[in-house]
Amino acid sequence: MSEDLYTQLLDLSCGAFLLAAVVVLWRRELVAVVRVFALQGVALAAIVVLLGIHEERWDLVGIGIGVGILRAGVLPYLVRRALAALLAGRAHSEEVRETQPLVNVAASLLTAAALTLLAYAVSRPLVELDPIPATRALPVGLAVVLIGFFVLVTRRRALAQVVGFLLLDNGITATAFLAASGVPLIVELGVSFDVLLAVLVLQILTTRVREAFGTTDIDDLRELHD
Amino acid sequence: MTATASAFLLTAPAAVPLAVAGTFATVRLDTRRPTPATSPVPNRAGAVLVAEAPAPEPARSRPHPAHWAGLVSAAVILLCGSLLAGDVLDGGPVSAYSGLLRADPLTVWMLLVIGAVALIACGATPAYLAGARATDRAARRYQALVHAFLAAMCLAVVTANLGVLWVAVEATTIVTAFLVGHRRTRKSVEAAWKYVVICSAGIALAFLGTTLIYYAARQAGIAEAWALDWPTLVARAGRLDPAVTRLGITLVVLGFGAKAGLVPLHAWLPDAHSQAPAPVSALMSGVLLSVAFAAVLRYRVIADAALGPGFTQALLIGIALLTMALAAALLLAQRDYKRMLAYSSMEHMSLIALGTAIGSPLALSAVLLHIAGHGLVKSVAFCASGRILHLEGTTLVGRVRGLLARAPWSAGLFGLAVVALLGFPPFSLFASELGIARAGLAAEPGPAWATAVAFTLALLAFTALTARTGRMLLGPAPDRRTTEDDPAALWPLLLGLLACAALGVTLGPLDSLLHTAAETIGGP
Repeated sequence: MSEDLYTQLLDLSCGAFLLAAVVVLWRRELVAVVRVFALQGVALAAIVVLLGIHEERWDLVGIGIGVGILRAGVLPYLVRRALAALLAGRAHSEEVRETQPLVNVAASLLTAAALTLLAYAVSRPLVELDPIPATRALPVGLAVVLIGFFVLVTRRRALAQVVGFLLLDNGITATAFLAASGVPLIVELGVSFDVLLAVLVLQILTTRVREAFGTTDIDDLRELHD
Repeated sequence: MTATASAFLLTAPAAVPLAVAGTFATVRLDTRRPTPATSPVPNRAGAVLVAEAPAPEPARSRPHPAHWAGLVSAAVILLCGSLLAGDVLDGGPVSAYSGLLRADPLTVWMLLVIGAVALIACGATPAYLAGARATDRAARRYQALVHAFLAAMCLAVVTANLGVLWVAVEATTIVTAFLVGHRRTRKSVEAAWKYVVICSAGIALAFLGTTLIYYAARQAGIAEAWALDWPTLVARAGRLDPAVTRLGITLVVLGFGAKAGLVPLHAWLPDAHSQAPAPVSALMSGVLLSVAFAAVLRYRVIADAALGPGFTQALLIGIALLTMALAAALLLAQRDYKRMLAYSSMEHMSLIALGTAIGSPLALSAVLLHIAGHGLVKSVAFCASGRILHLEGTTLVGRVRGLLARAPWSAGLFGLAVVALLGFPPFSLFASELGIARAGLAAEPGPAWATAVAFTLALLAFTALTARTGRMLLGPAPDRRTTEDDPAALWPLLLGLLACAALGVTLGPLDSLLHTAAETIGGP
């Protein structure tokens, strides 16, 4: 693959990766949000596979496929299953829509733009250390981390928060691969396993929150305070 | 020592608790089940422990002998810690599996603290499970999770790979989530949700920081296999890019700080500590916080070598003072005694962060001693508070009166633990707080001022703690049924207090270990 084509394809996948995070902010139906999250997983896998092909490291291509299976397949499947469980409990439930996010959609999109600028500003020293196409795209990963945090603190539905946590995690994975072609395999495996378990735990807790509170609106969780 | 022996000693602290967890998860203990009438929670799929409630008098269930098996993990951790201590002091750090597991004096010190606190918590577990009238299934699940939790903490301290360290710390969040939420009441489900979301998101920041340090290390020419290896990074820290390291270290301190209960991501701590079963609160407060902080101690060495001491010092002092101010303010208004203990943990963690920021050899020795003393005393305090909750059925300070007259053993141990937390001699917290204060006042003007402010705030916190505890324990017994429990079950708590008092009087054989451990984290 020529250098030019590689750079263009890499930028394309990074663009898709960032765009997916912004679309998550835009959509309110949780089903749609999960679908977009799965597409982001595909973009992330594409980034990793491209890096692997460019560096002719076939182990990295394998890891990229693994990342794709986890982030575009398994994790969205788990969230979707939790959604289905909520829907089964109540027909046309309000639980699967983010009816009233704390920040409205227009303000969220503007915030996403500001966060992306912030990510580019913060990551200047990271890019300057080793300016190759991969590290130049690195601010995209940080931007997705920040957007993930934003989703986490402004969304009220439990599952929307889970998606926020997963966006955050996707952003970190992308940063790791763009900066240093990923952390060593044993760490990567450990991290993926931890994330998978964390999502499983959150999936079970969502059901328990629903059983205990009758809703998954996190704003209703206010028994504990000082 | 042969390579096999050291590999065995390094593997056992994580492997044995994991094996114990597996045994509890798979082996059915007995067929004797409590009668359904005593179980107010319907047995839904995966039903967990029954709410802690005052026991109706006659049918008091006895601790099941199999639950004493939990002490095996604690004993193995202590034994491996002591054996490793000898080797590490004689022949320097030992490592196994090409550097993946490694024991230096800091590792050994943390292993001993984990083992001691685990001994208290596992010793208090049979009585807790009997008191909570756990079903066989719930008790086994509880034990399996607690031992997996111990294994994850041990792995976090024996690994030299900073990536594996992160994986182990995140694993503690996952295995303790259901322990926090075990009662399935609204409060405990809420606490578990907040715990998993805040800790996972916070600790994700630490992973981003780890990634950036790895990037800097790779750019500094360190090979992939060694770029997350702590000794390698310490030795070559001078070649790391300062700007990238600064960003990385900030994220790492914030991330592991979240898990250590430091501002700004501390919000999970009072909720989780107040809702978890008493022995689990003991482990979380006594060792989980300091295991997470030990990661900060390790990263500080790298950051100081790459950036000079000023940056992490300013960062840690800022975080320590904010945490202390918040904890003191919330202690003054506290009405719940388990939350009171949780905020007291935040206050002690902020003293530890302050000592780390000061960074002189005296301060670092005092920090390590404080970690040990706080672990022992806080686990005693939480286990005793669990007994009080069991006796009184409430966690509100205002509803508990004249406890010392009614339940002298539990109340006395709780009172002594609070006295120790206040830093009174002969308990070791007196020596360590004195050490931190002396080191701080002897330091440059910045840290000296911070020390003065922090100890003034700590005084406020102490006042609040004294007033609340006094109201609970002193005064005449109200006209209520006296339900003093079996004092024989309180031996782990007594042992913890005695150990803390002994550490305050003399370090004995631990003296050289403490000082070499402080040297390890003092910089290359």
